[in-house]
Amino acid sequence: MPLSGTEIIDQEVAQEYKWGFVTDIEQETLPPGLDEGVVRFISAKKDEPEWMLEWRLKAYRHWLTLEEPHWPNVTYPEIDYQAMIYWAAPKKAGDGPQSLDDIDPEILATYNKLGIPLEEQKMLAGVAVDAVFDSVSVATTFKDRLAEAGVIFCPISEAIREHPELVKKYLGSVVPSGDNFFAALNAAVFSDGSFVYIPAGVRCPMELSTYFRINAQNTGQFERTLIIAEKGSHVSYLEGCTAPKRDENQLHAAVVEIYAHEDAEVKYSTVQNWYPGDPKTGKGGIYNFVTKRGICAGARSKISWTQVETGSAITWKYPSVILKGDDSTGEFYSVAVTKGFQQADTGTKMIHVGKNTRSTIISKGISAGRGQNTYRGQVKILKNADGARNFSQCDSMLIGDRCGAHTFPYIDVQNTTAQMEHEASTSKIGEDQLFYCASRGLDAEDALSLIVNGFCKEVFKELPMEFAVEARRLLEVSLEGSVG
Amino acid sequence: MCLLKIENLHAGVEGTEILTGLDLTVKVGEVHAIMGPNGSGKSTLAQVLAGRADYEVTAGSITYRGEDLLELAPEIRAREGIFLAFQYPVEIPGVSNVYFLKAALNAIRKHRGQEEIDAMDFLAYVKSKMEIVKMEEELLHRPVNEGFSGGEKKRNEIFHMEVLDPTLAVLDETDSGLDIDALKIVAEGVNSMRSPERGFIIITHYQRLLNFIVPDVVHVMVGGRIVETGGKELALELEAKGYGGHTRAAEAAAEAAMPASG
Amino acid sequence: MALATPKKAATTPAANTDAYTRGFARLAGELASGGSPRLQALRQAAIERFAELGFPTTRQEAWRFTNVAPIARTPLTVATDAPSVTAADIERYHYADCTQMVLVNGRLAPEHTRLLGLPEGVVVSSLAEAWQSHPQLVEEHLCRYAKFDDHAFVALNTALHADGVFIYVPKGVVVETPINLILVGAPQDEPLAFFPRLLFVTEESSQVTIFEQHVTVGEGTYFTCPVLEIVAGANTTIDHYKLQRETLAAFHMSTLQVKQHRDSNFSSHCLSWGGLIVRNDVNTTLDGENCTAILNGLYMVEGKQLVDNHMRVEHNMPNCYSHELYKGILEGKSRGVFTGLIYVKKDAQKTDAVQANRNLLLSNEALCNSQPQLEILADDVRCTHGSTVGQLDKLAIFYLRSRGIGEEAARSLLTYAFAADIVTRVKLPQVRRDLEEFLFRRLPKGEIVRQAV
Repeated sequence: MPLSGTEIIDQEVAQEYKWGFVTDIEQETLPPGLDEGVVRFISAKKDEPEWMLEWRLKAYRHWLTLEEPHWPNVTYPEIDYQAMIYWAAPKKAGDGPQSLDDIDPEILATYNKLGIPLEEQKMLAGVAVDAVFDSVSVATTFKDRLAEAGVIFCPISEAIREHPELVKKYLGSVVPSGDNFFAALNAAVFSDGSFVYIPAGVRCPMELSTYFRINAQNTGQFERTLIIAEKGSHVSYLEGCTAPKRDENQLHAAVVEIYAHEDAEVKYSTVQNWYPGDPKTGKGGIYNFVTKRGICAGARSKISWTQVETGSAITWKYPSVILKGDDSTGEFYSVAVTKGFQQADTGTKMIHVGKNTRSTIISKGISAGRGQNTYRGQVKILKNADGARNFSQCDSMLIGDRCGAHTFPYIDVQNTTAQMEHEASTSKIGEDQLFYCASRGLDAEDALSLIVNGFCKEVFKELPMEFAVEARRLLEVSLEGSVG
Repeated sequence: MCLLKIENLHAGVEGTEILTGLDLTVKVGEVHAIMGPNGSGKSTLAQVLAGRADYEVTAGSITYRGEDLLELAPEIRAREGIFLAFQYPVEIPGVSNVYFLKAALNAIRKHRGQEEIDAMDFLAYVKSKMEIVKMEEELLHRPVNEGFSGGEKKRNEIFHMEVLDPTLAVLDETDSGLDIDALKIVAEGVNSMRSPERGFIIITHYQRLLNFIVPDVVHVMVGGRIVETGGKELALELEAKGYGGHTRAAEAAAEAAMPASG
Repeated sequence: MALATPKKAATTPAANTDAYTRGFARLAGELASGGSPRLQALRQAAIERFAELGFPTTRQEAWRFTNVAPIARTPLTVATDAPSVTAADIERYHYADCTQMVLVNGRLAPEHTRLLGLPEGVVVSSLAEAWQSHPQLVEEHLCRYAKFDDHAFVALNTALHADGVFIYVPKGVVVETPINLILVGAPQDEPLAFFPRLLFVTEESSQVTIFEQHVTVGEGTYFTCPVLEIVAGANTTIDHYKLQRETLAAFHMSTLQVKQHRDSNFSSHCLSWGGLIVRNDVNTTLDGENCTAILNGLYMVEGKQLVDNHMRVEHNMPNCYSHELYKGILEGKSRGVFTGLIYVKKDAQKTDAVQANRNLLLSNEALCNSQPQLEILADDVRCTHGSTVGQLDKLAIFYLRSRGIGEEAARSLLTYAFAADIVTRVKLPQVRRDLEEFLFRRLPKGEIVRQAV
């Protein structure tokens, strides 16, 4: 007779004890360190079925055999994976700051510059919010509308329990649990994340952004997202927020998987503005090591990544698309800003497998201060990808003369009917541009905003409208004081 | 009326003096040409007039319409009607030429207490100016100067001048690197804007430009100051004889001015 | 003509460097009669250098995709005189309202010279004459720019050029009528090799347009190896059009070397559709501030033709602009090679350089190797390069067919459209008509294209 869910967990928990893991199941925070017991503990805490635990353990064991990659063009002190805490329950109301008065005034100033509503400010700053917070009811309304359309949008932990057949089928199908060092780590210990399922022929009735912004709190440092778009469906998903978010975890290793069936279209937008570290010393700041990948499995499907990356001390991510279905399309639009001591090594991979597959890459890197910005992109056209096409454009802008920009395109074409186009440019914004603008009557602030937004407009136009406006402001605020 | 009065101007960059006591007076309605050999300080003068911070003014004064010009920030000078056509126009990636000009024109209008011009009126206004400099419409929508050929950049400077309608226009070697047709267009642009309300300072390296723009006054600049001033015939004289005499005279003057040491 | 299929890793056929040293000996008397002591010494050094270098092989990076073994293997003789051609022979290369000068097998054919309304001081003459009339100018510039140290064909030309063209435009002069140079290859019974040398010198603020046509009168194999040096003085405007329209039995290895002074504008249009193995080295050095170099090219080849455009743009000074666009249409088993290097020196800040190579493959057996390259040592520049190799858009063909246009005509129309942006960049109507005419004749159902555009 098969064991029930609870029995399995009981067994697992017992096993943990057997492994010599001494902790109380009720305990809210595990001591630092990572071993199989921690993986089991997390799985048990999440009430996960056995197959899920097995999946995690397999990933963990594989992780042990992997070495942390060092090929990206970034430098940081060695990470001690045994010094990190892998489980901490969400903070209870009352633990955090009691009101906005307790928040660093500099952060509040930034919120105000970005025009973030007061309630949202409180939430972002971790201030305990009243129970009758408007957005709760708003969120409920959204949830009803989504349910009506048949869209499933819930925490992935919930999906594992409620929709195991879907999760089982797709989890790890695009980013296998052992894909790379950070993906394996994520698979072993991911705390939570989002799950999206759009049924065949359904056009998701709203940007999943709005809902997400209000509800996604403390998804943790190992976030896992899975999006499944059935035949002919359509969804636009936005992750992140323009506001700088406080977070105590230094390492973030998220995984996002997207699976698009025939004629499905998924648009995934990211605005990332995590703590970049002290602008003067470079101390602190988030390490953002992310694996994002989508597969256009069906014919004529389309996956589009748009990202605006302004935060984190180190960003290391390559949202990729595997173009398997014939006539499928992959897109990557990116603005990455590095300032202070920030480093970014980001780009994309477009793997053309099917016939007449198309990909577009537009990457805009802005470096200011001592920031280092690297575009790294691969376009691979496999032997059978007749008529595949790629257009890549990588532009870098340097503000000041202590920053750097680097472009590493990798092109691998195994089919002679493919069309490839690559353009690259590096421009420098400095005294010359500002003086030229001034000589035409424009002051430095207007000039910089004009220049930066002009540079990024091809990417901004890919963002959902209200976010495009915020992203513009975010960039202006980020680069304030970079010149002049 | 006196539009611009420069007296005993000393200016330089990073401690090196380039302008060494320059005097120049431009009255409204006049076109002044400044010629001189490489390194004589012509472009420095242009940059100082427009207010470039890299150049430090160490002595002397510049009075523009009775005001102390040196007190004003570059954008304020522009809004007050000073226009510099750059020797090397700067590229502004991603900002379309037309959008840039609209922002500039509105900044100037705002400064003068005028209302912002609306998009339709602006377009009509700009199109009329484009015809004068024979600008292709395409250049209007490309990022400012980005990917423009040398000639297109120079014509674009004249186009900016036409649109911004300055009181004092300074052209810094706008004629360099132009073929004969483009040169004529630039000259026509300037000639069409000559008026009793406006003054021009035209800095040039080649005498050829003055066959098309007939200046009221020609100055020879050597060693950071004006060493000779005359009518348009001075340009022809220079063409025939070169700057040799002037250079030697300037060297002698500089030596004489130096304290007799070692 | 025997043309064995080249082996994969071609080696220098030891064969025929001798033919050229023999030719050098045979021409010694004639070559010694003109020029200067410096040139005599250079000729000697160049032939010695060639003997060391031999023909390039595909093991050399600059010749990786261009196998010149068939030229090396052909038993060529250095031409020692020139046959005459009739006016009718070259009628179709004549342009109205142009100054004209004709070279046959590298030597002046004075009976075809027409000097039309040249302003005072402008010189258009054979190189041999120029050594007599303007020795100082020629001495100052000839063989000063195109280096032969590691270029076998420049070495050959330097050593063996018997004659050529000298053009001089003095300060401030605008030459309104274009100068049409017709370089005729006139094959004889034995395959000949000849080495025309061209030198254009322009002084400050001058302007001139020059056509350089390479044509064939007669049938048979020959090898032409021209070198052109251009000095663009300060603030000059020079438009150069090269039409390479020889027969498929011609070998053509050419070098264009331009030196640009401050504020100069140089534009080159290199149109190649003739010749069996064709190599165009196009090099310009931007040696003063505010130079502009526009380099356009179109090549359309078929059968077993090979055309190689090898460009080098050297940005040595700040604030210069270069723009290269080369487009290729390849049919049959033809091969197109493009190598373009933009080199930006450390001090050449504010460089604006664009390079694009686009290729259209009309057959599955045509092959293209495109290598755009950037070498940037400065840090405040805008450099872009792009390269495409593709086929006609099937959807576009389908679209045209759905409007009732036959498939062949549809393909021709789209091919013409591909070439059109080079065609429209040709400012001179005479040349543009010739190019269009060639395309209409060459493309299947060209008459439909002619009506459509």
